[in-house]
Amino acid sequence: MTNETVRQQLTEKFGEQLTEWEEQFGLLTFTAPAEMNLKVIQHLYDDESLRFRFLTDLTGVHYPERKGEELCVVYHLHNLVDNIRLRFKIYVPSEKPDVYTITQRFSTANWMERETYDFFGINFIGHPNLIRILNVDEMDYFPMRKEYEMEDPTRRDKDNEMFGR
Amino acid sequence: MAETEKMIFPAQLHQTADGGIVVSKLDEMINWARSNSLWPLVFGTSCCAIEMMSAADAKYDWSRFGFEVARATPRQADLIIVAGTIVMKMAPVLKRLYDQMPDPKYVIAMGACTISGGPFFYNTYSVVKGVDHVIPVDVYIPGCPPRPEALLHAMITLQEKIKHETYFGKTKESGK
Ligand code: SF4
Repeated sequence: MTNETVRQQLTEKFGEQLTEWEEQFGLLTFTAPAEMNLKVIQHLYDDESLRFRFLTDLTGVHYPERKGEELCVVYHLHNLVDNIRLRFKIYVPSEKPDVYTITQRFSTANWMERETYDFFGINFIGHPNLIRILNVDEMDYFPMRKEYEMEDPTRRDKDNEMFGR
Repeated sequence: MAETEKMIFPAQLHQTADGGIVVSKLDEMINWARSNSLWPLVFGTSCCAIEMMSAADAKYDWSRFGFEVARATPRQADLIIVAGTIVMKMAPVLKRLYDQMPDPKYVIAMGACTISGGPFFYNTYSVVKGVDHVIPVDVYIPGCPPRPEALLHAMITLQEKIKHETYFGKTKESGK
């Protein structure tokens, strides 16, 4: 099985709904509409030849320039039989970052989704316990969103001379 | 106390016909015992902990100076070496561990992170800017990370400090 055959099989099943096909560093990447994430993951899991049954990673990315779909959820899946990986993305607007949970399919997604919620504020619908995991409970913002000003590149209080070196 | 006297048993032997009597001060005996059996708590939160582990291993071997074994429960530990970054979520846990340790208890702040937040001093949302915001510190070791020799030096400095305590926890010099 190669990236080509995976792509072919997925296009046969889902047709034009899967977009933005890429193969960066040999890693097959594609995008699906947000509400289809469960369907795609279920198919990748159940299909006798695809067998993507290991969730390597699940995380978020903030793309402030993609207006209307600023927040991205990335799934990394691994077919352990044929040793082939793929990356699958969905995009949601930051005003309403609702995504269906995949905890029914992968129990390991429980903590990963909590982490993604913690740092990006993505709301995983149906998650059994969607609370912060790494940050303090009282935190009222999502620190990994690119909403905060970059550090002033001209500031001088970090120069070595300020530390007597 | 002179440098050379450091490890000497703090007492004088008076010869008598049937052997001898040892004369000493209670404070000095207690301090001698305490300072030479400081057991550290197993507590490492990031990169500095790796250096702390190597200070405990066969090459540097802190047991030579009486640190003997690291205990995995605060109830058996005399010393907490805060080795690593303390984040806001860890701070209450650290405080709790410290509170669970029996008196007398000592704290070594190891590395830039525990002194001031270190490399995370600027623009951070999660790091405590110095562990002395949470618990009182006896000895600070600068470095990122400090070498095991530096840690050993800090531990021996702490022993020195303990040797100058009086029984009710007041130091001779400062009288505080
Ligand atoms: S002081 Fe440096 S080495 Fe030590 S925990 Fe902090 S970042 Fe790591």
